[in-house]
Amino acid sequence: MNIVNFTPITSLMGGLFIGLSVVLFFILNGRMIGVSGIASNFLISKENRIENLFFLVGLILGPSIYTFFLNQEIQITISNSLFLLIGGGALVGFGTRLSSGCTSGHGISGISRFSLRSIIATITFMIVGILTVLITNIL
Amino acid sequence: MNKIISLFCGIIFGIGLVVSEMINPAKVLGFLNFFDEWDPSLAFVMMGALIVSTPLFHLFKNKDKPLFNSNFSISTNKEIDKKLIIGSVFFGAGWGLVGLCPGPAISSIALLNASSGIFVISMFMGFYIAYKIN
Repeated sequence: MNIVNFTPITSLMGGLFIGLSVVLFFILNGRMIGVSGIASNFLISKENRIENLFFLVGLILGPSIYTFFLNQEIQITISNSLFLLIGGGALVGFGTRLSSGCTSGHGISGISRFSLRSIIATITFMIVGILTVLITNIL
Repeated sequence: MNKIISLFCGIIFGIGLVVSEMINPAKVLGFLNFFDEWDPSLAFVMMGALIVSTPLFHLFKNKDKPLFNSNFSISTNKEIDKKLIIGSVFFGAGWGLVGLCPGPAISSIALLNASSGIFVISMFMGFYIAYKIN
């Protein structure tokens, strides 16, 4: 293992923003953020639908606001085939709905609450993610 | 008021994804590339988020109610069951294939990237399938 591209400061800073968002949503609205929960409930359930929509719109506005104020373009790289994009998206949607949480719902909100369920989920999807990359590299 | 709070929290969350570069699948795949060229940054994103959310959650959870709602709504599910494990395995596989999880996937719609758009549509189909078979 070699350590590469390590950006501890900006990563930590970004994490603080995410933590702040989770805490404000809890203190003000009374709910714990999990993006998969908010997004899938927006699709499926009438409860809090408009609130959920507003959160999702905010998520999309975030990068635009960042670019507007810092005048910095955001670069992302996705190099998957169409088949893998569709398969990967379906796996993420299906899996997070089945396990009731994703990186934010289990990984941040759940672990903040010391939920054993969320700790187990987070360890599981991290290990499987690492193994998937390992296998992809070999193939 | 709840809608404005939701919008505001979404914006802060989205900015956090950009600042931390979690919005970039290549960065996330670097974190998951543990056995080769490893980029540990994502661990710092989680750490940064948890440093803020953990103490403040425990400070406020025993209050009567949130500031702008009638009651707190926190998951009471404590069951470690097959659904939790199988779901997390599926999620981990999809995450490792593309490098996108739900937050960054939705946030990246802002960048009008066709690949992430396809991923998001497929992710919503995944939500729906999981909902239907349950």
